[in-house]
Amino acid sequence: MKKISIITMLAISVVAGSCRKDSSFLDVPPKQVLPTDLAFSDPALVLSILGDLYDRQRDFSSLDGYPSREYPQSPNGDREPGWRTFADFSEAFPSENGSSFLVQRTGWGYGEWAIWDYGYIRDLNLFIQRATAATKLTEGDKARFIAEARFLRANYYFEMVKRMGGVPLITDPLAYDYSGNVTPLQRPRAKESEVYDFIISEAEAIKSILPADVNQKSRATKAAALAMESRAALYAGSIAKYGATTPQVSLPGNEVGIPSTQANAYYTKALSASQEIINGSAGSYQLYKVLPDLSDNFAAIFLDKSSVNQEAIFVEDFKANGGKVHGFTTNDQPFSISDEGLDAGRLNPSLNLVEAFEKLDNTYAPIATKDGAGNPIYYANQLDAFAGRDARLAGTVLLPNGLFKGKRTEVYAGYQLGDGTVISSGDATITQDIPGLGKTQVVGKDGPVNGLEFRTQTGFYVRKYLDPTVGSGRRGRGSDVNFIRYRYAEVLLNAAEAAFELGQTGTALGYINQVRSRAGLTTPLALLTFDRIVHERRVELAFEGHTLYDMKRWRLATKVWDGNQMSVADLVSNIGSATKHNTQPFGLWPYKYYNPGNANNGKWIFKEVKPSAVTGANKFQAGNYYSQIGDDILSANPKIVKQPNQ
Amino acid sequence: MKIKFHHIILGLLLATMGCKKDNYEAPASKLTGRLTYKGQAINVEYNQVPFELYQPGFGKNAPIRGTFQQDGSYSSLLFNGNYKFTIPANQGPFMWKEVSAGKRDTIAVTISGSQTMDVEVTPYYLINNAKITAANKIVNAVFDLQKVITDANAKDIGSVVLYINKTQFVSGSDNIAATEVAGSAITSMNGVSINVNIPTITPTQNYVFARVGLRVAGVEDMIFSPVVKVTY
Repeated sequence: MKKISIITMLAISVVAGSCRKDSSFLDVPPKQVLPTDLAFSDPALVLSILGDLYDRQRDFSSLDGYPSREYPQSPNGDREPGWRTFADFSEAFPSENGSSFLVQRTGWGYGEWAIWDYGYIRDLNLFIQRATAATKLTEGDKARFIAEARFLRANYYFEMVKRMGGVPLITDPLAYDYSGNVTPLQRPRAKESEVYDFIISEAEAIKSILPADVNQKSRATKAAALAMESRAALYAGSIAKYGATTPQVSLPGNEVGIPSTQANAYYTKALSASQEIINGSAGSYQLYKVLPDLSDNFAAIFLDKSSVNQEAIFVEDFKANGGKVHGFTTNDQPFSISDEGLDAGRLNPSLNLVEAFEKLDNTYAPIATKDGAGNPIYYANQLDAFAGRDARLAGTVLLPNGLFKGKRTEVYAGYQLGDGTVISSGDATITQDIPGLGKTQVVGKDGPVNGLEFRTQTGFYVRKYLDPTVGSGRRGRGSDVNFIRYRYAEVLLNAAEAAFELGQTGTALGYINQVRSRAGLTTPLALLTFDRIVHERRVELAFEGHTLYDMKRWRLATKVWDGNQMSVADLVSNIGSATKHNTQPFGLWPYKYYNPGNANNGKWIFKEVKPSAVTGANKFQAGNYYSQIGDDILSANPKIVKQPNQ
Repeated sequence: MKIKFHHIILGLLLATMGCKKDNYEAPASKLTGRLTYKGQAINVEYNQVPFELYQPGFGKNAPIRGTFQQDGSYSSLLFNGNYKFTIPANQGPFMWKEVSAGKRDTIAVTISGSQTMDVEVTPYYLINNAKITAANKIVNAVFDLQKVITDANAKDIGSVVLYINKTQFVSGSDNIAATEVAGSAITSMNGVSINVNIPTITPTQNYVFARVGLRVAGVEDMIFSPVVKVTY
């Protein structure tokens, strides 16, 4: 009897237990996915969502590379290595045999540099929509989060308009209603000027919401918004002004091309946005002037992450041992000082760039290798050949015999004997017989030897971003030097250019001379020309991802990269001219002069050399000004018009 | 293990069964032709002047792209069907018919088997009677220029260049030496003469390939004379 009642009670409890409603039984809140309202209830959670959106920003040159060259992503998902995004345009030579295509091709495909990541735009739009609807955030947090997302969205549209011209401006998360009709989702391209106007108006709208904090560098600030506005307005102004010289690079609907009448309005906006940063209303930004050695000081702008650095405005930050690091130092460190054996020396600045750095008296001159009579010039120290130049040269480029991590690089291509014979070998470990010296090492451990990868093949290593921290060259640890997207010196140069184009030459000189005097060029420029502005941006902002966009907006790209082969005579002439063609990277190879009894015995001579891998010559076609919109996009949306000249 | 005879039979059977065709036929009809003006071939730079073939009616609307060879010839392997042939805007040293401003005309092509179709275009200029000779390590070219388009679309000569190269690809991007004469320096359209010195070639060869190119002001692509192999 007792047994029966126990069984009955058990049965009842089992039956009753299963009598719950389906909805309460099946609708279990997920434990691994945060629902929207929960995610947007806590500022820390919102920040983590925003962190992902920050991480998906796209730069032209990026220390940790990006998914692939093609948009939106290559099918096998391989990454474009960071160092290679700095290597093109004859400003550098790629010392990695797998990347020789950079100097062997004769131009760029029309699809090169294209991006079209509307998935990212949608995520930003969704974030803005959800953050706006959030109820549990404080008003201050909410406004700042939304402003940050709007900044990221504007900055990404900026990146798109630079590459593609006018693109569809989508500012709300589009939703498909599954009706089979996709027409409402197909948006035409906006005018190029409309995209720039959007960026400028967004920057104006959010600048007072964002904090004016000079120490906030990896999140959007007032200065970041203004720096973006300054650059965007400057680009729009120059496209309007110089686009008039290339009328074929335009579309009838102005999806590409800005009418020249708008140039002055844009330049005025660029100047006022820059001046808002310069006059300190966005925080006390200033040029970095900390170290007594001007070259070391210039290199330190990119290394110093402390609050002393009030030059960096907006950066992509990295953290060693924190999951976000890059291999730039691993890939580009000098071979003999490498932390990682054979991993080194890929990015070699070209002689073309090196000789662009002017002398301290504001004149241009090639690196002197021969005297007037054609005899070689002998230097007691390799560095003497580069003495008396713009301090940014040694701050950007690691010169032969330059110092890194307390050691000097060893760069020489061979011995030259008194009778002119050159003795060289294929590697530093292969010795050769030098008369009177016996078996001797005849090339430097750091190169240069044609085709010997991971050592310099131009005679130079890169110094910008090269991390002197112990262990930064190891693959496992990596480097956490940050990538500066916007910095104060660029804002000054933007202001100088805008003022110059507006005819305010005096104002422009004031700004450009600030940047120059920081580099040791203490004689102020008295006369400003367009060529000077082009030159200043090239040397100040080398390897910061500006080259292509600057050449495009000035419509100089087809002149500078004209597809003609270069000779040494071309290389050493017309330095400082904005239209000097720059189609092939050259090197400057040091040789040790060996002639016992001669006064010059043991000194160095230099020779201009075109590395043997350089066979192509950069040719920028009119169709390269705006990257191709893929056939898949054109087929999916018939409202998108094709780019001109393709 | 012993291999039995019927195992081999079974294996062969499986192998032959797997031999069934599972692929579409590759396109086999070859469309070839050249760029011409009144029967005269138009020479252009290798791999620089593109053409597009559209085959309407298949959903996606993407062209089959190709580029003209140095001598202005082109070829494309296609399936049989109806195509439209066009040259994108601002490409080539010639004018292409436009239906309205910015809308390029197309040539309807019906492909059924291989065929030849010459493409008639109107170049801005022609280089006629080019005589290229070499002596004493100097290549000399004498040629006549003819202005073809003389109406409102006429354009000036940007420059005339004599290119030489080791290989048969001769152009601005492929040359070992070149002499450029600005359009403003050309006084007579007939008997224009340009010299270029042959640099030292390693390994030595006693011949070079040469041709004259004409850059039309404001036009990207150059028009060339035919490639000539000259021995010196």
